[in-house]
Amino acid sequence: MTLMTKAGVEPLRIAPEAIEEAAKLLYIRALKVLPDDIKQGFTRLDAGETDGTAKAILATMIENIGVAERTDNLLCQDTGIPIFNVEIGREVEMDGWALKQAIRRGTERATKEHPLRSSVVHPITRKNEHTSCGAHVPVINLDFVEAERVVRLEMIPKGSGSENGSFLQMLIPADGVAGVKRFVVDAAMKAGGKVCPPIIMGVGVGGTSDLCMHLAKVAATRPLGSRCADPEGAALEDGLSEAVNSLGIGPQGLGGDSTAFAVHVEVAATHITMNPVAVNIQCHSARRASATFTPDGVTIGF
Amino acid sequence: MTHHTLHMPCTEAQIRALRVGDTVTLQDTLFGIRDATQIHMFDHGRRTRFDLKGHAVIHTAPNVRKVDKRGTNDSGYEAVCIGTTTSDRMERFTRPLMEREGVRIIIGKGGLREDSLRAFQELGGVYLAIIGGTAALETTWIEAIEDVDLDDLNPESLWRFRIRDFGPLLVAMDSHGGSLYAEVQQKVQDRRAAALAKLGVA
Repeated sequence: MTLMTKAGVEPLRIAPEAIEEAAKLLYIRALKVLPDDIKQGFTRLDAGETDGTAKAILATMIENIGVAERTDNLLCQDTGIPIFNVEIGREVEMDGWALKQAIRRGTERATKEHPLRSSVVHPITRKNEHTSCGAHVPVINLDFVEAERVVRLEMIPKGSGSENGSFLQMLIPADGVAGVKRFVVDAAMKAGGKVCPPIIMGVGVGGTSDLCMHLAKVAATRPLGSRCADPEGAALEDGLSEAVNSLGIGPQGLGGDSTAFAVHVEVAATHITMNPVAVNIQCHSARRASATFTPDGVTIGF
Repeated sequence: MTHHTLHMPCTEAQIRALRVGDTVTLQDTLFGIRDATQIHMFDHGRRTRFDLKGHAVIHTAPNVRKVDKRGTNDSGYEAVCIGTTTSDRMERFTRPLMEREGVRIIIGKGGLREDSLRAFQELGGVYLAIIGGTAALETTWIEAIEDVDLDDLNPESLWRFRIRDFGPLLVAMDSHGGSLYAEVQQKVQDRRAAALAKLGVA
């Protein structure tokens, strides 16, 4: 038998019941409390906004954040498609199947016990099971990290107005990075006010078609202030943020400087014949919540 | 830029008095409607028992809690959180909503397109913009869910809300061909070349 864990290190073990409770709590919390980086993003946009209508709209959005917290209510009626990102560190023992079931049960319980609107339907019959669950939903993304004895569960209720602002193009190498930039600017224009700006625009560059789209989602849901780890990607973020905000789409598409909190980029290596680019958009209700499990217990955050 | 208070239902003359840039606060009654509601009403031939003549509809599907039917909640539901969805998907239903049901006001976010603007001009209608993603605030403007129809489509049922001081809402498309969205889109189009040039894209 292979020794799975380091000698002398007691692995982190998490009961499925704890995952279920966390999944339920995170779904509800994410819908009610915006992360600090997003609140700061609003303050920054408001300070720089020069258009009167845009300023009034930003003020209403900021007021809503306070009303949601004071009345313990949802920020937005769109409970979204539930997404759970699970990061599993080293020296962790988990029953993966039980983890998936626990996340699903937590999602169902949040929906029924709060109650929340189930925004999830069968794609062909359009039948709503009123559980926020269905085939492949909640979406669960798994990743493994180097840190020892830690599991992080991140919940993102992805609203549909901004998710409908998703674009993919399999550009070719001859289109170059110029083609990527043009695609992003045009995507912002097509999305306009429909995606509930100010937005975080997520851009995936490279990979396969599905990886590229996934990268765009990762980029769109990253905290404000975070940067692309790749220096070329990070440089692209600056230029594209400036370009998108120079268009004048503004909050709600009614004009102004505050179109995007930021443009985030994620990159993946791609094929010599390929140059894929994808855009996924996060609306101003950029909701996230997380639970971090360590041997010391659970920490709830964003 | 004038502020108007409208008690629902309203008349064509009241709608014709609204101009883009004006603000409006609605009183009394508001109907909630969405994709599935309108697909069933206009594509599948279903009818509602509600009289929507002269009324306002809002593009929404609320979060609700089931309750015993009582005085203020005859629908059997009370509001948890009521907000507004993106209007653009429901563009093709504007004209039938107005022609068949007599609706005069559509409330939504993100705007509607050319065909809706023409319907507003010809039939006397208006689009009022609410701030998307501000549902906690919006919920405080709704007093009760008075009634519900087509509830097999829940949460995309046809809802009747009792409202108080619902707004201020921005007149973003009026009955005289004015559209703030079209104005902004033209400006954005005009700025595209400069944005690309700055990025070094020909």
